[in-house]
Parts: sequence; C-alpha cells; structure tokens
Amino acid sequence: MSDLAVQAEGLTKRFGAFVAVDHLDLGIAKGEVVGFIGPNGAGKSTTIRMLCGLLQPSAGRAVVAGFDVGRQPEAVREHIGYMSQKFSLYGDLTVRENLRFFGGLYEVPRQDIDARMRNAIAMAGLEGRENALVQTLAGGWKQRLALGCAILHRPPVLFLDEPTSGVEPEARRKFWDLIHQLAADAVTILVSTHYMEEAEYCNRIALINAGRLVAIGSPGELRRRELGGTLYDLSCDALGAAVAALREAPGVIDAAIFSDRLHVLMQGDSTSLQPFLASHGITAGVPAPIVPSLEDVFVQLVTRPHATGASA
Amino acid sequence: MTDTASEVVVLAHGLSRRFGPTVAVAGVDFAVRRGEIFGFVGPDGAGKSTIMRMLAGVLLPDAGTIQLAGIDVVAEPERAKPCLSYMPQRFGLYEDLTVDENIFFYATLFEVPGAIRRQRSVELLEAAGLAPFRRRLAGQLSGGMKQKLGLVCALIHTPQVLLLDEPTTGVDPVSRRDFWGILYGLREQGVTIVLSTAYMDEAERCSRLALLHAGAIRHCDTPARLKLAMPGALLAVAPGQSGKTARDLSEALQGAPCAIGLLLMGDRVNVRVDDAISRLPELHAWLAAHGIDNAEITRIEPSIEDVFVAMVGSQGAA
Repeated sequence: MSDLAVQAEGLTKRFGAFVAVDHLDLGIAKGEVVGFIGPNGAGKSTTIRMLCGLLQPSAGRAVVAGFDVGRQPEAVREHIGYMSQKFSLYGDLTVRENLRFFGGLYEVPRQDIDARMRNAIAMAGLEGRENALVQTLAGGWKQRLALGCAILHRPPVLFLDEPTSGVEPEARRKFWDLIHQLAADAVTILVSTHYMEEAEYCNRIALINAGRLVAIGSPGELRRRELGGTLYDLSCDALGAAVAALREAPGVIDAAIFSDRLHVLMQGDSTSLQPFLASHGITAGVPAPIVPSLEDVFVQLVTRPHATGASA
Repeated sequence: MTDTASEVVVLAHGLSRRFGPTVAVAGVDFAVRRGEIFGFVGPDGAGKSTIMRMLAGVLLPDAGTIQLAGIDVVAEPERAKPCLSYMPQRFGLYEDLTVDENIFFYATLFEVPGAIRRQRSVELLEAAGLAPFRRRLAGQLSGGMKQKLGLVCALIHTPQVLLLDEPTTGVDPVSRRDFWGILYGLREQGVTIVLSTAYMDEAERCSRLALLHAGAIRHCDTPARLKLAMPGALLAVAPGQSGKTARDLSEALQGAPCAIGLLLMGDRVNVRVDDAISRLPELHAWLAAHGIDNAEITRIEPSIEDVFVAMVGSQGAA
C-alpha cells in the first residue's frame, strides 16, 4: 500500500439501473504517469470524479494519496491538483495575481507562498513577465502557468484533463518535460485524454470501456499485446471497394482507409491479400507490416466483442 | 481516384486577414484538387479557422482571391454557397430538436427536395451509426454523435466542396474513425474536402497537408513526403533488457553529442539524429559508457508532430 498513490478495489458507481463504473481494480505507483483513455460515456470521467473525491462510490473503495475517497473526500481533495486544457486562469489578472489567487484558494501557508510563486514563475519560464496580464500570454506560457497554479499546494497526486490539446508542438514537449520532472519528484500523475499523442507520454495507459478496465500497460506493451493481429499498409487503386471486399476475406480482422492507402489488420500471413483483391478486380501493392498506433489498439479493444481480460 | 483528379476545385492566392494589429493569415497560397482531403494543421492561433471562414465566404479577406468551383468567393459569396458546405467548430445543432428534426431544418435551409432528403438522410445516418437515434434530442447525444450529426446536416445537400473546421475536437477515437470513414466515402464520390485540425496524428489521414504557423503555410505536401523531407532520423531508445526505466535512459542520454533532440515518452526516449545507421551504434556505445547495456534502439517513423517541430521549429512558441 505504501508505494501506491492510487489504489482502487471493486470501485463501482451506479446511476439508477445504469452501471457507469463496474468493479474497477487499479493500482498506481508513486511517481507514475498513467493515462486514462476510453470512448465517451465509457465511465472514464465518472472514475476520475470518484478518485478526486467529487463523487461517492456505490460500492468498492479507492484510496488516493492515503485517503479513502468515500469516507474522507475532503482530505482527498486537499491532496490532489487538477488542471484542464480549458485553462482556469483569469485573463484580466496578472501572472502574479493569478498565482496569489490560487494560493489563497488552496490555502497555501503564508510563509510559503512567496517561494512557491517564484518556483511556479521559474517553471513556467515567466521571469520578467510577472506583471503581464495573462490574456496577453501565448498558449504555452498560459498552460505552464496553469500547471504552476494547480501544484501550488504541492499535491502528491495530479489530475490532467487533455492538458496539451491545441498547444504549439514545441510548447507541448516542454510541458511534458515538466510533467516528467514532477513524476521524478514522486508526484503521481493521472491524465485523461482522447488523444493518443498525449497517451504516448504516459508510463502506463488504462483503457476503460463500458465501465470496466479493458487493458492496462505501457504504450509498447499495448501495441505488442492487444491488437490481436498484425497491421499491414498497402497501396490500392480502389480503396472503398477494397475495404468492402476485405470484410469477407479470410484472416482479415479489420480493414480501413488511411490517407491514400489501406490499413489491414489480419491474423497470419499477408501473402493472400494481393491475390484476394485481384480476384475482386482490384490492383494492390505488396503489403508491408507497420507499427500500429495506439489509436489502432484502442479501436480494436473497444470494438472487439469479447475484450481480453485486464490485469491491473 | 479518377482521371478528373487534376482538376483544381479550390484555389487561393495571397489570402490575408488581420484583426486589428494581429495578422491572422499572412499571404497564403494553395490549390486543392477534386477528390483530395486537404488538411490545415497547426496549433491554436495559427490561422486555421480564419482561412476556413474566408473559404466559406463568411469572412472577407483583406487581400487575396479565392476561386471555389470556378466561382470568385470574395466577389460573389452567395453564388458559391450552393457548391459548398461549411461545418464551423461549433456547428449550430438545435439541442431541443431531435436528430431527424435537425436534418429536416438544414434540408429546408438548403432547399433540398423531400424525396432526396429522405433518401440521403437514411444513407448518411446509416454511415454515421446514428440510425437508431433518429428520435433522440440532439442535446442528449454524446460529443462524437453530435459531431457526426453536424456532418450529416452539412451533407444533406450534395456539396462539391466540404469545409470542416476542427471537426473531431473532443471526439473519441472510435467515433473519429467512423467520421473519417464517411469522409473517405465522400472522397470516392468526388467531393473535395478541406479541413483543419490541431491534432497532428489525425492530420496523417489527409491526402495532403499544409503545416500552418503564425498565419503562413510553412510546408505543404502529402504526409508521406513530409516525413521523408524531415532532416535526419528518429531513433526510439527503449529499456529492453537493460533493467532501467525510460527516465534513466533519458538522464543518461543528456549530452550525447549525436542527439539533436531528446524527448522522454512514457516507455522510451525518442532521439533525433542526423543519420540513423551511423548514430545507432554510437548511442549504444554512449549508453554503455554510462553503465547501461542492452537497451533497445530502433529506427521509428517520425510523426507529423516530429516533422512540425523539426521543420517549422519553435519560432514564436512560448
């Protein structure tokens, strides 16, 4: 227990007859960066709201930063930080005023606030701009300042909701460097996102579907383990017709258009693909195996009728 | 694609627009051919929505010309409207109307005859996976379903050109894939699609991309050719059998002379080098000198984000 920052056992939430989260078991170590992904309505947000102490579980339990979310929700809320992509900063206040405001909100001790504000300003790279109005700052600065505000009270657990969508690529990379530095200092980070480019920065990814934990593992493990076949890329002269024909092809699990090419997920060897398409009057190039994206893995896990068992 | 593939359907020249002192779009030129899916990719504030609004004829450029299906959009926006369909970031669905009622509303707006409306709405709802929800209020649909209903409404008349401004923001990957399935179907019917996205991974689905930064197109090509044009190569350094974490590897790699860029990912470090073949053994040797053996180093294909960072760089990035 001592090394776990988040531990859930049989965590369940029902809304009337609807089971939003269904016996979720999860253990997250201190200093881990874990991504939560799942379709809309899969129970991802409900899980996060329970882990933040904002929603009482119907059954099961979860301990976050040493506090029980059901019995000590206020203590949980005091020990977590939260940052969403929709920055909660006040545009018509300065950098310093925003920090002071959030410092007050999170009840940062008076003797600590100045040092922590200096830290946050240095982390965001905002030295010399302390008195700038936040609305005049570029996106990357705002985002790092929002992170600085979210950790002013030094929470051991930090929740991020699509933290870098729409941000300049260079600024996004700086942001994730900061996140990994926090993790190196034993802050545990939970990221909720629809974007696989954000999930790639997580040590482990938990996929939630229909209220259940469907898979959990590192990005590499999920790619190797959870796809159910090999993904091939090939060129083809009639993409739409090829996709329709391949639905009936032996060994083919899934076929989809990707840009101007075909992506075909199949079990076994791909030598049958070209002759199969030729028999339907379609000319195709030689299939080449490719590394699947996390999105490929996600779509397979969610649409597969009987998802593989999860081990948390 | 058919032999009409070379026909230019959307042509923009010197397109510019400022808002007060801010230059949102600074002299942009591009040509989109029939049946292409042309994507503007860039971060928030790069000028994506401003370009889409000018193409749709709802915002006048300060300078420049737009030809859409042979019509001068700047001079005659009303004449261009029947040829195009524009889905802004927040498409105006009526939340207190049902799915069917929203479609009926847009069909009436675009003067679509009843018989065609009925046939097209069946086809489109089927493709969007929305057929079981025709009587549901739009306000009760999930984010992904709302975006797909927006697309159905935008397509209820048969546009030659479809303009989509960040169509999949907030949409989960399964709905996103359905959405792209519909777009590829339209492409086969010869519809020309221009869209914008802030998501670099999604951009790879387009036939051609314009990398947009600070109101200017910095590079424009197919995703595959953009990747080939990226200087240098990308190596993924994973823990493998070394018994180390990705973080350990990242610390050890700091200062490696051949690393142009280092990026700590969840379970690996992405290292940009000038040449994969010669630098791979160098990285192994560097790690060994820092007490790390048996790390796994493989060459990986760069993502569009890698290309963007390498070729557009950080000018103006905070």
